[in-house]
Formats: sequence, C-alpha cells, structure tokens
Amino acid sequence: MGKTLAEKILSQKSGSEARAGDIVIAKVDLVFAQDTTGPLTVRQFQTSGFERLANPPKTALFLDHAAPSPNYGLSNDHKLLRQFARQTGCLIYDVGNGICHQIVAESLAKPGDVIIGADSHTVTAGGLGAFATGMGSTDTAIALGLGKTWFQVPKSIMIVVSGNFPEGVGAKDLILHLIGQIGADGATYQALEFSGDTVDNMTMSPRLTIANMAVEAGAKAGLFAADKTTQDYLASLGRGNHYQSLFPDTDAIYEQTINIDVANLEPTVSQPHTVDNIALARELKGAKIQQVFIGTCTNGRLEDLAVAANILKGKKCHPETRLIVAPASRQIMLAAIKAGYIQTLIEAGAVVLPPGCGPCIGLHQGVLGDGESCLSTANRNFKGRMGNPNAFIYLGSPATAAATAITGEITDPREVM
Amino acid sequence: MLTGRAFKFGDNISTDHIIPGRLAHLRSNLPELAKHVMEDADPTFASRVKAGDFIVAGNNFGLGSSREHAPLVIKMAGVRAILAKSVARIFFRNAINLGLPVLICNTALIDDGDELEVDLAAGTVKDATNGNQLTFSKIPEVMLRILDEGGLIPYIKKYGDFKV
Repeated sequence: MGKTLAEKILSQKSGSEARAGDIVIAKVDLVFAQDTTGPLTVRQFQTSGFERLANPPKTALFLDHAAPSPNYGLSNDHKLLRQFARQTGCLIYDVGNGICHQIVAESLAKPGDVIIGADSHTVTAGGLGAFATGMGSTDTAIALGLGKTWFQVPKSIMIVVSGNFPEGVGAKDLILHLIGQIGADGATYQALEFSGDTVDNMTMSPRLTIANMAVEAGAKAGLFAADKTTQDYLASLGRGNHYQSLFPDTDAIYEQTINIDVANLEPTVSQPHTVDNIALARELKGAKIQQVFIGTCTNGRLEDLAVAANILKGKKCHPETRLIVAPASRQIMLAAIKAGYIQTLIEAGAVVLPPGCGPCIGLHQGVLGDGESCLSTANRNFKGRMGNPNAFIYLGSPATAAATAITGEITDPREVM
Repeated sequence: MLTGRAFKFGDNISTDHIIPGRLAHLRSNLPELAKHVMEDADPTFASRVKAGDFIVAGNNFGLGSSREHAPLVIKMAGVRAILAKSVARIFFRNAINLGLPVLICNTALIDDGDELEVDLAAGTVKDATNGNQLTFSKIPEVMLRILDEGGLIPYIKKYGDFKV
C-alpha cells in the first residue's frame, strides 16, 4: 500500500513504517524559534537540564517579530537569544535578515526534512516538500536537546488544483477559497497535500503562500511534492545539492480529495474576525480601508511585490489610506530595489519597512486605531491580531491589496488593472 | 475529583483572544502577562476566575499562534482544565506539555457559571447545576503519560527520552 508525502517523510525519519494514526518518534533536521517564542524555549531548555544542543548547526533563532525592537522588554528578549546563540553555537538571524519562514525556505529547508519551529507558520516549508510543523516552546526545547520529537502521523487530504488562474487571481485567492470551503478547523490534525496541473506549473513563491496558510485550516502540514520547480528554486539559491525528488505514491490513501478549478476563482477576501469568513472582493466594494499592508511570510516575496508595483506604477495611494510594505527577507528587499519595485511603491505613497513581520502581530510598525480597518496580505485576521481588539482586518492577495490602496475601499484588482 | 465553576466561551477562541501579540513585551514577565488572560474574549475573566475553575469552550479552541504563553497564563489563572467541543492541534500539545488537561466533550450541555465535577480517571464531567452527565474523548496514550507526570519537562526528566 502506497504512502502519502507525510507518511513517506515520517517513515524515513522514524525508521519505521509510519502510517496515518501511528505515533512515531522522528529525527528532526531543523529546529527553530523566533523572538516571541524563543525566550520561553530557551528557559524550558535550561529547566529541562540540557547542557548542549543536539545539533547546533541545525538549530536557528530568528529576531523577526519585533525587528527592530520597539521597547525594552523585547530588547531584553533579543539579548537573551543572542547570548544563547553565542553559548550554544546555534545559528542566529538578527534584526534585518527577515522572517524566519522565508529564511528557512531560502537557506535551510530541504525536501524530505522534518522541521519543527516555535511558530505556527512553520508549515511554510511544506512548499519545498519538507514535513514542517509549528509547536510550542516546550516541545521545541525538548527537540533542541534530544534532536527528535514525537508525532502522530496525520491523515492527509489531497487538494487537486487544475486550470489556469484568470488575470488578477492567484495563489492567495486559491488558499482563501479553500479555507472558506473546509473551514478554520477543516483539516485539524491532518495534512493537506497539493497536486494537479496548476500546482505542477507553479513557481516556488505561490507554493510557499499556499503551504503557509495550511495551518489556518487547522492542518499540521501543507505539503507539495519536490519536483523540477523545487530543484530550480534550490539551484537558484546555490543549494542545488539539497535537492531530492519526492512524490507521494500513486496508490497512497487519502482521507478525502478536493478538486478545485482555479479558472472559476475570483479575487477573494477573508472578513473579520476569522480566516474562513470569505467573500469575493467585488462583494465588499464600498468597505473603507484606512491601512493596506503588503508583506509577511504569506505574501512578502519578490513576486508579490512585483504584482503590487505593477498595479501601483504611476498611481497614488488614496489620501485616506496608508500603504505599508515589508519585504519578507533582506534578499527579497535587495532584489526588489534592483527591480525598481521599491521605488515604484514609495512613489505611490508606501511606507517601506525593514524585512520582518512588520505590523502582522500588532507589536509595532502599523498598529491600527479604534474602528479602523486594514486590508492585509497576511494569514490571520483574528480580533486583536494587529494590536487593537477594536479594529478590523481583511485578508487578500497582493493584487487586491494594491488595488485597495488606490481606491481606499476593498477593490477587485481587475477594476484597476 | 475536580470541582469548580464553568466560564463559557464560544467557537474559534484564538490564542490572540487568550493573550494577544501586542503584549509580547510581557512574555518574560509572566505575572504581569497573566493579568491579561482571555482579555480580548472577556475583559472581566481575569478578575472573576478562581483557582479550580474551568474554561468551557465551543469548537476549535486555541487556534492560531503556537505561543505556549496562551495555555500558560490560563494555567497560572488557576484554571484546572479546559473543556471544549474541539481544540486546535498546537494548543492541545502545549496545554498537555504544561500539565493542563484539555477534555473534548459536548460542551453545549454546560451553561456559563454551572458547577462542574470532573473525574479525569473515569473520563466524566457532571454538571451539578443542570444534572447533565458527559463523557470526554480518550486522550492519546502518549499525551496521557505526559499529563500524568505533570507535563513534558518532568516527563523527560524522569524518562530521559520519549516512551511510545
């Protein structure tokens, strides 16, 4: 009997025949934490009595959520993480490098890896065919010390994606549509696996966008096969030797199969305060937006900034709408400067932030006022998420975000393209 | 037998409701952080909850961020167990790792303020106020052992490794 991607990877890393429902202990290839979960991880590691990391070069800390730090509480947390890195010899990506999940994709993740991170969007690396999942600080601390953790092998849901995206519609619309269809707990304890001709023809950037949001349906992982696209992506980063092809078996067992023809999709938006509360962008016309945010581990990549820059070129943001842009990594920021996207966005009125999480979790760099609404390219719109429980967050694609910045109200990007 | 009062919440209570990101600067000052427990779901919760009480929620409790501070501040508030129709994966693991039981049962049969009697060993919840008797789903064996030791750190200190 064949295996899903999750079963294949967990079989290899546990040295057993891992089948959905089994409990296995698997070796971890990469363990990481960020600046809002890392301090507790460090303390739990120390409380557990560990003296050294199981694998320092495969352990990473990221200062990305509060970057640079807006207050001394977080500055002291940064100090703690820098000191831990010096003591243990682990990798540390300080302020300005960018968002953990983007750096993991660019520099660390390999197909077939088991990756755990003290951040729920660790699932992003599933775009490269890694079994990557978020955990809390204690699980992460124990994995730092032991180099392994336990998993219940998830059942998998196969999402077969076919057809060509209409103009103005892309990966973000697809994943929002899917979450709207199955619900915010539609894949709890399960893995999502994506396939189909649309996926075969996708570059890595949209794959990462889709994998990133698997957790918004409750999923433990969002997995893509490792194919020619993965090979080319790794080669373009000088990591061609990290590639191995990885496909599920044709006779693998899936809990269910969902077919989506993207030719039928339209620009899609999540409304406050849950990700599965979706509507079409055109149905929300007239909803005033005071802040547009383009960035995050979901949509802060070069292709996303290109889409936004193309729509905003020669145009201005609406006078009552501010536009905030945060590239997901330093590498992306440099490439966006070289390509002219940053200049275009600034000329349109954007505030460009350093690489990092920006205002996504409400710590700094764009906290919303009472009653204000934001259209964000992020992955979460929970009440209070952007720093104010009396504000409203809509989620959409970079195209919808750029169009909305121009008109000051939620706008189907096809209206301005 | 655990006894206490039910504090009822709805569906999709996220970790942002429980302890929002805007308070991240307090995460290394847990006593201060804990004063804000459940703030964006019910601002009066922190002042009303007493040691031994229960959080009783609907579907998908604890969705969102992996922040373990969410179950941690709930535990610090004295909540003895969380009862929910369903719970998000990362939150579930985090709570068990801290020795905080999460019990999956039909919480529609419990009202806000009801007095509950929870028997962890028997797997039952009795609502002493309305008389309803509930059973909760079996916790997976590996998590039960972690819970029995009071959390993952005492478990690892005792066994030195995972035992499955």
